[in-house]
Amino acid sequence: MSTLLSVEDLGVSFATPEGPLRAVDGISLSVERGAVLGLVGESGCGKSATASALCGLLPPGARTTGSVRLSGRELTSLSEPDWRSVRGRRISMVFQDPMSSLNPLLSVGEHLVETLRTHQNLSRAAAREASVGWLRRVGIPDPAARLASYPHELSGGMRQRVMIALALCPGPDLLVADEPTTALDVTIQAQILDLLATLRGELGMTMIFITHDLGVVERVADRIVVMYAGRVAEEGAAARILSAPRHPYTRGLLDSVPGFRPRTGRLPSIPGAVPSRRDWPSGCRFHPRCAHADAVCGESVPAAPGPDGGAACFHPAGVP
Amino acid sequence: MKPALRRFRSVLAANAPARISFWVLVALYLSALLAPWLAPYAGDDESRARSWAPPSAIHLRELDGSWHAPFVRSVSYSFDDDALRVWSEDSTCRFPIRFLVHGRLFGLGNPVASPIVGRDAVVGGDAPAANLHQRQGRLYLLGADARGRDLLSRILYGSRVSLTIGVVGVAISTLIALVVGGIAGFAGGWVDSVLMRLCEVVMLVPAFYLLMLLRAALPLDWDSRVVYFYIILILSFLGWAGLARILRGMIQSLRQSDFLAASRALGLSPWRILWRHALPQTFGFLSVQATLSIPGYIVAESGLSLLGLGIQDPQTSWGNLLEEAMSIAEIRLHPWTLLPGVFLFAAVLSWNLLGDALRDTFDPRSLS
Amino acid sequence: MIPMLLGVSLLSFLLLQLSPGDPLSAQRGNPQVPDALIHRIETEYGFDRPVPEQYLLWLSRTLRGDLGYSFKYKRPVADVIRERVGATLLLAVFSSLLSWLLAVPLGVWAALRRGQWPDRLVSLTAFVGMSLPSFFLALLLLFAASVAPPLPWFGRFPIGGLVSPEFDQFGFWARVGDVLRHLLIPGLVLAVGGVAGLQRVSRGSMLETLRQPYVLAARARGLSQRSVLWRHAFRNAANPLITLLGFEFSALLSGAAFTEIITSWPGLGLVALEAVRAKDLFLVMATVLMGSFLLLAGNLLSDILHAWNDPRVKLS
Repeated sequence: MSTLLSVEDLGVSFATPEGPLRAVDGISLSVERGAVLGLVGESGCGKSATASALCGLLPPGARTTGSVRLSGRELTSLSEPDWRSVRGRRISMVFQDPMSSLNPLLSVGEHLVETLRTHQNLSRAAAREASVGWLRRVGIPDPAARLASYPHELSGGMRQRVMIALALCPGPDLLVADEPTTALDVTIQAQILDLLATLRGELGMTMIFITHDLGVVERVADRIVVMYAGRVAEEGAAARILSAPRHPYTRGLLDSVPGFRPRTGRLPSIPGAVPSRRDWPSGCRFHPRCAHADAVCGESVPAAPGPDGGAACFHPAGVP
Repeated sequence: MKPALRRFRSVLAANAPARISFWVLVALYLSALLAPWLAPYAGDDESRARSWAPPSAIHLRELDGSWHAPFVRSVSYSFDDDALRVWSEDSTCRFPIRFLVHGRLFGLGNPVASPIVGRDAVVGGDAPAANLHQRQGRLYLLGADARGRDLLSRILYGSRVSLTIGVVGVAISTLIALVVGGIAGFAGGWVDSVLMRLCEVVMLVPAFYLLMLLRAALPLDWDSRVVYFYIILILSFLGWAGLARILRGMIQSLRQSDFLAASRALGLSPWRILWRHALPQTFGFLSVQATLSIPGYIVAESGLSLLGLGIQDPQTSWGNLLEEAMSIAEIRLHPWTLLPGVFLFAAVLSWNLLGDALRDTFDPRSLS
Repeated sequence: MIPMLLGVSLLSFLLLQLSPGDPLSAQRGNPQVPDALIHRIETEYGFDRPVPEQYLLWLSRTLRGDLGYSFKYKRPVADVIRERVGATLLLAVFSSLLSWLLAVPLGVWAALRRGQWPDRLVSLTAFVGMSLPSFFLALLLLFAASVAPPLPWFGRFPIGGLVSPEFDQFGFWARVGDVLRHLLIPGLVLAVGGVAGLQRVSRGSMLETLRQPYVLAARARGLSQRSVLWRHAFRNAANPLITLLGFEFSALLSGAAFTEIITSWPGLGLVALEAVRAKDLFLVMATVLMGSFLLLAGNLLSDILHAWNDPRVKLS
């Protein structure tokens, strides 16, 4: 199996009035063709910044370091005109809030036709037909009629389906889904996840699925990368991580989600709070909240997980 | 009150244009206050022989080359072949510029005979050449009008009307708006509907036409003091409607707001709530609105007077002064008549910049 | 719409009642006006009747198109109004178009170069434009025009009026050109005032819109820069601008009136002033009504534009 995306030591810092703010501090990951990678973490851990960096959509003034290679092509050094040929055609993104991610003044049909005609040489009529096909594919009933609908006339789930269609219709190699179900009701979430799974099977899609919700990632991902405070905490096959997590943070996350593991008594929670980006602790960033931390955890940075997975921890569970 | 003042000072410190505007306004209003002292001449001090005199040439050297303190010469005119005025100076004497003279900050001192009587010395002025002490000179720093009145002095006196009418007009407007909006907001029901319909009707007439309407309702020829009063009334009529609507909306939402209900649940009387909590919230908004409206009122008065429907002679206002610039031939020949407009512009620009800074003080979220 | 205009008519009628004497008092003293005419007007318009009846009489005549008689122009008021409205409309439309054409690109440019010198420069000029009273600008431009040398092909800058004295001898295109030349100064004066406000809103609205998720999403789909900027960002940013158009129309009409007077552009504003000076009260009423009607029409136009641009807006 070939590696589609390879990220090496990626760093992202934003420009703020008080100086550059580091959001992503050297993460590495790779995605095989046809696989789904789940990127998990709480808010502030840098996962959205990573997603933006992958698509070249960081705000002005942001700086990236490290390397991002898509099918061998280096993305971090692309100019904006070059990015325009990459976005959509090679990497596509699905956003969190479908309501505000669709132009309220344009109909569904206008959105799709525009995107299709940008990437392929189609006549208007052909683009309209293709649009209907895509709407059907993402499970929208009565697709021909829906072409004339405006975003405010659709439900949240429908809008997200439209967004998925928009992201997929140029035929990208990689789909980055940034919390695509967070803004939806639980039942709709399940539908969207099923849709993504189906499309993945049909189109052989490679996907990076970003979420803070472990329940969601369980259904979708082959491999999981857990991020904490701008760094990778743990990485590995999804099944392994969810059943036998090695990093104390991952364990804490799993323990604090009700229903994940059978238990009785009080719901455990990780003590303390996620550190602010300006105040990252020294050494292992999780050490102030970790029950197993000792002196070395505060002084040295644990090694990032290797290509076979593992935890960035001096005292991982299950490993002597 | 105090935190608002502190915020205002910090905004001024940060915002250079606003800071400059503040001082410009201070200078303008101060000079309006001190006009009788600052202006070299009284507003009605005429000199018909010097009708449309250009700004005085200030000399430092006499005909014999000697240096002196700044002085001017008396001027007179004659007509050339195209029936245009030609001005010439009387070089037989000079009038030194003096400070603290005639009870004013500066003016002309007594005439001093010139050392040389040049070949082209023109004997002019208001008195026979023989008697030096009866000769008169005028210091026209900004030129003169049709009756020989000093423009600078008239601008200074005029600023008293132009600058204050705006402030007074806004104050009255705000008061009317508070009353109308307050009643409408509190009473609700048909009283509210009627008052709001009234506001809408008033707002439907564009300002100029409303001015015309109101002016038509009043006699054109009246004592100038009374005219001043009526102009203020007319101007106040312009702005109250829109403000009343907004205030009524604010009061209504305050009445229905949760925090009012919560305060009542805690046992506070509604009047106390209103006075200590609700109304202060409107003060910020009102002061910003007022400051932003003042320039409009100043311009409106100037416009009215410009059309001959506002302040009339012998009272002065900047608009009144600009009326003289209205005739095209005259602009070309006497461009200094446009100068009151520069003062007008300076005042309006300063109020606008200041108002903008004030708005930022009370709403730091506003886009800048 | 009609009730509002009725309200305006009532308001103006009542206000004019404040004027001492009756509407004809100015004419009574005028030896040029024949007594028979005065007497006829008196009875026709019921000046001897109580006020409410007078109003109803006036109203019924107005609804039939009879706006009264103008003593100054010695013609029915309706004719005078009809002749002048066109010029005001022409001025208003021309200057609106001009200010949009200037303000929108300036605002977009300033938004794209936020914080840098183009932004500050545009902002400053906007403030200056906003603070310059239209009549003063008109005077300045007239002064400049009067001292300016004749331009090649353009000729001398016309100073005032709608057309040149030789207008009747011109062919069609020469006539159009003549009117446009005369339109330049008043149109420019009005446009400058409008650009300032429009540009600020355009910039602010554009900044707001560029931050929106759908703009980011459009970029993420690889759409062209032009498409993202105009089709996605600007169309959404235009909503507050269209609203502003409606609000500013009142100021536009007022500014137009002043400008007309100073540049002798024969429009509604000039008529209104002359009516007030001549105490020609029927004419005053009619101009006030017309001004309000134009304002209403402008607001209606703004609503229609809103609905055309934004599918979420329903016309009521």
